[in-house]
Amino acid sequence: MSEESQINYSSEGELPEKIAEEVEKVAREKRLNKEEKEKLKHAVWNSYLESKFEPGEVIGIIAAQSISEPATQMTMRTYHFAGTAGLRITYGLPRLIEIFDAKHEPETPMMTIYLKKQFNTAEYATKFAENLIEKKILNIVKKISINLNENSVELELQDKKKTPTIVKTLKENFKEFNTHTKGDKIVVVAKGEVQVKDLQKLKEKILNVSVGEIKNIVNAVVHKEGEDWIVTTDGSNLEKVLQLEEVDERRTVTNDIHETAAILGIEAARSIIIKEALKTMQEQGLDIDIRHVMLVADIMTFRGDVRPIGRYGVAGAKTSILARAAFEETIKHLVRASIRKEVDNFKGIFENVMIGQVIPSGTGMFDLIAKFEEEKK
Amino acid sequence: MVLVDKIEFGILDPEMIKKMSAAKITKTELYDQEGYPVEGGLMDPRLGVVDPGVRCRTCGGSVGEDQGHFGYLELTRPVVHVHYAKILFSLVKLFCRKCSRILVAEKDLEELKEKRLTLKELVKSMKKKCPYCNTEQKKMKFIKPYTFLDNNEILSPIAIRERFEKVTNDDLAVIGLKIRPEWLLLTLLPIPPVTVRPSITLETGERSEDDLTHKLVDIVRINERLKENIDLGAPDFIIEDLWELAQYHVATYFDNEISGVPPARHRSGRILKTLSQRLKTKEGRFRGNLAGKRVNFSARTVVSPDPMINIDEVGVPEIIAMELTLPVRVNEKNIEELRKIVSNGPNKWPGANYVIRPDGRRKKITEMTKEEIAKEITVGYIVERHLKNGDIALFNRQPSLHRMSIMGHKIKVMPFRTFRLNLSVTVPYNADFDGDEMNLHIPQTEEAQVETEQLMAVAKNVRSPRYSMPIVGAVRDHITGLYLLTRDETKLTREQFIQLIRAVDQELEIPEKESMTGKEVFSLFLPKDFNIEFRAKSGETVVIEKGKIVKGVIDKAGVGAEIGKILDKLDNEYGAETTKRFLFNVTRLAIEYLMMLGFSISIADQDLPPSARADISTILTHVKKDVDELIEQYNRGQLKTLAGKTPKESLETMIKRRLNKTLDEVEEILEKHIKDNFTLAMAKSGARGDLVNIVQTAAMVGQEMVMGERMERGYYGRTFPHFKAGDVSLESRGFVSHGFKDGLTPFEFFFDAINSRESLMDKSLKTRHSGYMERRLVGALQDLKVEYDGTVRDAANRIVQFIPGEDGIDPSKIQRTGIDVRGIADKLFK
Repeated sequence: MSEESQINYSSEGELPEKIAEEVEKVAREKRLNKEEKEKLKHAVWNSYLESKFEPGEVIGIIAAQSISEPATQMTMRTYHFAGTAGLRITYGLPRLIEIFDAKHEPETPMMTIYLKKQFNTAEYATKFAENLIEKKILNIVKKISINLNENSVELELQDKKKTPTIVKTLKENFKEFNTHTKGDKIVVVAKGEVQVKDLQKLKEKILNVSVGEIKNIVNAVVHKEGEDWIVTTDGSNLEKVLQLEEVDERRTVTNDIHETAAILGIEAARSIIIKEALKTMQEQGLDIDIRHVMLVADIMTFRGDVRPIGRYGVAGAKTSILARAAFEETIKHLVRASIRKEVDNFKGIFENVMIGQVIPSGTGMFDLIAKFEEEKK
Repeated sequence: MVLVDKIEFGILDPEMIKKMSAAKITKTELYDQEGYPVEGGLMDPRLGVVDPGVRCRTCGGSVGEDQGHFGYLELTRPVVHVHYAKILFSLVKLFCRKCSRILVAEKDLEELKEKRLTLKELVKSMKKKCPYCNTEQKKMKFIKPYTFLDNNEILSPIAIRERFEKVTNDDLAVIGLKIRPEWLLLTLLPIPPVTVRPSITLETGERSEDDLTHKLVDIVRINERLKENIDLGAPDFIIEDLWELAQYHVATYFDNEISGVPPARHRSGRILKTLSQRLKTKEGRFRGNLAGKRVNFSARTVVSPDPMINIDEVGVPEIIAMELTLPVRVNEKNIEELRKIVSNGPNKWPGANYVIRPDGRRKKITEMTKEEIAKEITVGYIVERHLKNGDIALFNRQPSLHRMSIMGHKIKVMPFRTFRLNLSVTVPYNADFDGDEMNLHIPQTEEAQVETEQLMAVAKNVRSPRYSMPIVGAVRDHITGLYLLTRDETKLTREQFIQLIRAVDQELEIPEKESMTGKEVFSLFLPKDFNIEFRAKSGETVVIEKGKIVKGVIDKAGVGAEIGKILDKLDNEYGAETTKRFLFNVTRLAIEYLMMLGFSISIADQDLPPSARADISTILTHVKKDVDELIEQYNRGQLKTLAGKTPKESLETMIKRRLNKTLDEVEEILEKHIKDNFTLAMAKSGARGDLVNIVQTAAMVGQEMVMGERMERGYYGRTFPHFKAGDVSLESRGFVSHGFKDGLTPFEFFFDAINSRESLMDKSLKTRHSGYMERRLVGALQDLKVEYDGTVRDAANRIVQFIPGEDGIDPSKIQRTGIDVRGIADKLFK
């Protein structure tokens, strides 16, 4: 303790942002003077040094174990109805596996939409949610019928104001038919001879035409969380939703990793992986340090694209042939390596375990050299 | 210390095969009439030795020393190597059928070289007409597994070879191929040494050959026949047939699981295990023998609990202690002790089993030789002595799901036949004592022992890296005991508290008091300057000031494994040793107190007074009424539908919501009526069981769910034939209104069984899925490590994270709440 005065504080590195902030906060609260604050900083720095990762730590295996050990306690039940609203979402172990597999489309795509301040009311949110849902003509039609005399399908809308837009979309969708209005009705007429069967088919097709702006969103519900009215959707279309005026684009997210990567970039995809994986664990009441999930998210994204964990992704891209061969598809890897005369450099863990050599991690990362001569002096 | 620093893969060229061979195989028979291996046969003595007492004809080594030597077989006609068939097909398409030049114009060659395309992409970029000799390229076809068609005619391996032999090395460089393509067609077959395919001699004296030998015999036979027929000038179709057969045998020799090819069988009909089958799968060479190996100096037996053994100790049966040994080098200081040990012999503990003389010879100690060897040993000898107390060992329970599944323990030699462990370490191992077995490994070198002690010891692994909380802690009775002890009303007479304290610590000073509270007794084991404030499981705050409980009771939230706040703070401020001692002390205190109390539970603990029963039945009638009303509304079509749901789904959701409330209501009543008893104490302290369990036993089980829905399986529209179709009332959809103690009606019983079966299936599925997920995660992350510069890198030295976890902090070294800046400040400036 007497050495304390000799320590050169300035030679210390910088504390991580969060801890530095905490130091400032505590210093302010305790009304510390400059010297005392430095002293506190020093003590915290020492404590920080003590809690840093040690060189050689096999951080990957620790992360893998920390994630999969609690995963044994997760449910296999695939679906879960979120909140009181009751949206069906994948959860538990299947969802976790889905995240790490970086499946191209999640089984239950979902968006969490926040609204800008001026729209943050129950009425706006409810209206907004209603408008979001992908509408088909089916949902807005008042009457639809087949006119056998004119070989046409006639439909009448609930909201007559929408008629011109619907006519336009119908024209685009059915180029082989003539579409025009007749009073309040929209008439789709076949060119030339058609059978009744074809008209029936046409009717079905017309009913299934989507008329909304935003595709894929099947359902949307509103609920309140703290100050915010949040719209949760079944189905996802980040690109279109972010362009809507009411949406707070800073906080609105989707659970689709690839969609996020395509629209917001790889860093955003990384955040989504972390967020979704942590959420999935916490829903099950399982506690896990965020650092482990970060590492998994990083290895999935550090090359600039989203890669799955399994044999077609990260594990299949390992440099060591032997490690790949031991993982999955043994023969394939050996055959490929042989025709290209590939070299295994024995830098990884498995290769060295295989031949009974000390692994290059942990205490195996370094050798000890003792200088006995100096001792004599 | 690195012995192997790289391995290059490649393809053997025929020259090389010949050069590395010790024998040329020409004969079909294995042994002659006397039973000796035939020279030139597949068991040629030059290929190595497998029988004891025989010396190798090639290198002179005996069994164990001799690794064996390859031979070779000259194939009469070349055949395709199945695994390379697909690649062969791509390669054939790359070169001109006439002049064997690559099908790319001269000017594009350099560009192509730069691109480093895969074979498939290369094939696509090829010209239809040879730019060098203008030959039109014909359409080629590949028929799995090993036939090629060029212009609808069979392209024989000989023809392919001819084409490939003309290919220039420069053209090969363009496509990045570093081997000669003709080597992919086999003209010489390397014959593996006999050590790879040892034959077994049965008790009857009969010899049983390895699967590989059987397959090789087939190959040699067909090869001979093919040769004879060619020499005799047999008609082409016969030769073609035999050639095809030779191709089949060689193909199944490499891989006996090719789709579309009938697998080669043993005479008994069993499918042969050939080369690929030896490498593949979990039991194959890679995963079965190279990734995990069988080891010596290990033991396995049943585990049983021992609360009096320290947390970082393991009780080892004497029988095991006499079997496992530790090598000790004899020096001046320990020679007398070791002499004594050696003279005890192998059958008396502590003795020794072997000595190793300075020249490296190993000598077994027997009852006959023990005195003699004891005299013989001098400095420089190594004695392999029995285990003794304090030796360090690795203790493990499978499945090893995290690093705390294998930890370093100190050995304590004990009578009987089970490993004994302290109850606090059952949590990291996930062990119980219903027949669990565990493994023990003895590190043999000093380096390994030090690493075990410094890195793997229980005390060093108290804090789980998963969530930064102590994973070793009080469990079950420990918690009940401490809860009962530290309740406000616990008063102990002098006699009682002396009994308690002395049971734990024989040296602790006994306070000069006539009576003590339980809190005071517990406080004796806390460090004198320990302060903490936290919320107990019940929600009330616990305050400990200067090592004394001021307020609150100790329960799971205080000392329990995985969430114990006291352990968390102790470990952070006083270190692992103090925490370990504290935990060991208070757990024994807890058990001693339970014994003093005569702790015991009974079914009668869950008896309900008539008033409670009345209350519960009112609740039941209310629920029934409410649900009936909902159904009535639904039937009338007046039920408000929920957003995004059909009316029927809405009804279900609303009934479920109503039922969820019911159990809570019953719980409330129970809490009011059940008298304070031990069963309740267990649930409240978090030791075992939950209030819900008590509710289900005493009052009502509640709704049975399958896949998150009320029961709806079985018949069309109903669960049992006893109900009307379409009946959605409580009774018909799995509502159990009785408690387990009262007994369930037959319907209720079946509903409960359905539910149990679902959770059973769920469990077995889950373990498989999460096991595979772990394997994949480990496969992806295993090579990541923290480098000296603080970055996280993989085996190819690519940086994955610049600062691990964004702040560089190891979660196993901090409290859950992070670095306690405020705590540090409080300590610095009082």
